[in-house]
Amino acid sequence: MSQTPTAPKPATAQAGTHIDLKDPVLAAFLAWLWPGAGHLYQGRRAKGVLFMVCILGTFFYGLYIGEGRVVYAAWGGTHQRWPYLCQLGVGLPSLPAAIQTYRVKQGKQPLFSPRFMTPPEVVVPDKFRRSIQTWDLDTEQRRLHRYFEFGTVYTMIAGLLNILVVYDALAGPAFEHEEDDAKNGRTGTDPDDPAADRPEQHRQTTS
Amino acid sequence: MLLALRFPLLAMADIWFALPLIVAISLVYAATRHEAMSAILPRAARVAGWITAFMAVAFALLAFISSRL
Repeated sequence: MSQTPTAPKPATAQAGTHIDLKDPVLAAFLAWLWPGAGHLYQGRRAKGVLFMVCILGTFFYGLYIGEGRVVYAAWGGTHQRWPYLCQLGVGLPSLPAAIQTYRVKQGKQPLFSPRFMTPPEVVVPDKFRRSIQTWDLDTEQRRLHRYFEFGTVYTMIAGLLNILVVYDALAGPAFEHEEDDAKNGRTGTDPDDPAADRPEQHRQTTS
Repeated sequence: MLLALRFPLLAMADIWFALPLIVAISLVYAATRHEAMSAILPRAARVAGWITAFMAVAFALLAFISSRL
């Protein structure tokens, strides 16, 4: 397959090695939806398992120490939950918060426990703009104390780390070319990778 | 109590919450820079060392500032 000189090359090709990314967009979507799933789809099993354990472990541990209160979607009222934007990076595990908020706003019962991932206050978008109190934020922050913050930080970091993983699924590892050049006197190999000089089943040197 | 006096880091129990985060961050970061597991683990150890050193410097700086207040 020939490429025109001006065509943008994928990062893996610039690195001189080829990793079969299959359908990168689908892999990126899967990586967002469930951390590690994109890499498992691409056959990069070790990295997929590593990402899954690290990111989901971090997210669920944060959710556990925050007793399910630290991941919730709140907007439109007096309280905006900006950390949820970071938590959303972890994909499916954070989506129940959006479902809980949607259901409470519609006047329905929360799908899960009324205190699990539900926002503390929901403004119903009717003409009266009623405010529904599901749980008290001040009371819970006093009770959970620093664990509320720890849980928030853990879940936010999990979401942010998954953005790196999504990029890795989309474009391959971000090899550091300058460092490679300096160490190896050539381009395109992972300087610390002992297998870089010999082709593997999934790694073929590009011409 | 005696144990905490002998080993002040044990008394600062909250600092241990940083440990899983350092491990997770360094492993994920290193894995997005390399493909082979044999390269990921040493890189992750180096990144973890840098994070720990940065935290130690920040801690020392804050401790120094607070001692002057």
